[in-house]
Amino acid sequence: MALLLPAAETASRTPLLVVGFYLLLLIGLGVLSSRLFRGTSADFFVAERSIGPFLLLMSVFGTTMTAFALVGSTGKAWELGNGVYGLMASASGIVHSAVFFLVGIKLWAIGKRHGFRTQVQYFRGRFQSNLLGYLLFPILVALVVPYLLIGLLGAGAVMRGVTVGMFPETFAGTTLPNGRVMFEGSIPPWITGLVVCAVVLFYIFAGGLRSAAWANAFQTIVFMITGVIAFVLISSKLGGMDAATQAVIDNSPDHMTRARIGKLQFVTYMFVPLSVGMFPHLFQHWLTAKKASTFKLTTVAHPLFIGVVWVPCILIGIWAAGAGIMPPGGNPNALLPKIVQTLLQDPYLTGLLTAGILAAIMSSLDSQFVCLGTMFTHDIVMHAAGEKRFSDRAQVMLGRGFIVFVVGVTYLLTFFPPPKIFDLAVWCFSGFAALFPLVFASIYWRRTTRAGAIASVLAMVVTWGTLFYEGLIRPTLAGEEMEGDFLVAGMMPVTLIFAASTAALVLVSLMTKPPSDEHVEQFMVES
Amino acid sequence: MSGSARIGWGLMAVITVLHFDFWNWETTSVVFGFMPKGLAWQAGISLAAAAGWALLMNVAWPSRVEDWAAQPSALSDEAGEDPS
Repeated sequence: MALLLPAAETASRTPLLVVGFYLLLLIGLGVLSSRLFRGTSADFFVAERSIGPFLLLMSVFGTTMTAFALVGSTGKAWELGNGVYGLMASASGIVHSAVFFLVGIKLWAIGKRHGFRTQVQYFRGRFQSNLLGYLLFPILVALVVPYLLIGLLGAGAVMRGVTVGMFPETFAGTTLPNGRVMFEGSIPPWITGLVVCAVVLFYIFAGGLRSAAWANAFQTIVFMITGVIAFVLISSKLGGMDAATQAVIDNSPDHMTRARIGKLQFVTYMFVPLSVGMFPHLFQHWLTAKKASTFKLTTVAHPLFIGVVWVPCILIGIWAAGAGIMPPGGNPNALLPKIVQTLLQDPYLTGLLTAGILAAIMSSLDSQFVCLGTMFTHDIVMHAAGEKRFSDRAQVMLGRGFIVFVVGVTYLLTFFPPPKIFDLAVWCFSGFAALFPLVFASIYWRRTTRAGAIASVLAMVVTWGTLFYEGLIRPTLAGEEMEGDFLVAGMMPVTLIFAASTAALVLVSLMTKPPSDEHVEQFMVES
Repeated sequence: MSGSARIGWGLMAVITVLHFDFWNWETTSVVFGFMPKGLAWQAGISLAAAAGWALLMNVAWPSRVEDWAAQPSALSDEAGEDPS
């Protein structure tokens, strides 16, 4: 039984004004933090190692929660039911914090002692291999690009959904094969992408990583508060929480269960959150921590924060299924904006909640932008040309130049969107997760060799590339309808990729000459 | 590893096993009047994980890590940068 939703009487532009005001606030924050920016490369790239517990928590959480967590999880719960929380959220509460504790703290110590700023520097140092560095850099960048893409696509989908009818004479909308027009008069994603990129680039260019950390903290608070407000208001519009859930039981009982999720799929999803151990932007956040104890708050509060954001999103997703709310074109990415626009007919609230969703998205983009600039400057240019070749100011300019290049490439990719944000994110995370054995072994297994590390990375590239093509690229190019997740023998593809990279690491390490004890000792942190 | 630390890690292992709640797979029942039982269980896992990590911060904290990090680097120049 479908809920009859009242049509909007007029398409007020007030939500756009609220969003515009929020973006101006961010620009103001960038200006403010630029006053503290010392203009040095150390300040731009690692904020002089001055990030304390609160800023680290907000930065790490804000960076991890992107469009994937809000737009993606709501759409995925609408498709698969409430089990999506167990798939990603509660698993992440266990695995992410374990990685912060077991890997992050040790990496902080190694980075602090040896002066590493990026993970490529770390791996080059650990395995005394330039080749490994040059191999890892393009792979990490290539895996970050889909992560950025998720953010831009999410922002575009949200703005498109909530601005329907605002500019009927300017934007015609999209005509479907059946002749029906969708998103008539709404802001197209290419404009949203441009504006979001410009605002984030402005505040990170103004103050570097410190500015990104401040903006992260501010935006994380904004999206958590607006998320709670949205949850309360949406449940109220659906007749209260009890009634909304009863509608799910009556109309779509599958969403109350995990009938649409395989048990093996559920178990093997646990590999996906291991990706945090190799996210370049998190690695950089670990390096910016003031002290090892800075990690305590992040490790403990992270599972709670995930719950605060994900439980409402999952409930909203299944409630939408129970109420018969369909996203435009059946696209799960468009579900959340559709709910916000149709149920909350207050333009100020719509604007506020849209700003909150954009906050979640932008708080992921900023750290990744800075990180890409850092990696390019330190891992490629300065490594090849020499430390003293460039002035401090030139280093910052190089970093900014590369950021603009990658953002430009990502922006162009938004014109070829994949069908589902959640699935693209999981592919991206799977690639990073399959590199986790490398970082873990580098800290805990003395016998790991350079050849073993390189073999592990190559095994990951080959298996991930093959499965990614088979699971996402080929069906998309062929125009095939993708029903459900792409699984290998009932398991998430990450299982196979992870197994291949681990096997290559162990076997090749055992077959090759171990590194010297003196060198390895420099990386074995006393705990 | 101290006895308390072993208990802390053991607790995290139990929480991880409880995360795989196959007994909640087909249930359509609710708790608190609105929350699907399976979702409530998993939200409880998040709370338990936070409590488990809080315990481990106290009983298994690597107390020597900051001293180790403060020691001078003995790596050759090409391995890393000067510590800042």
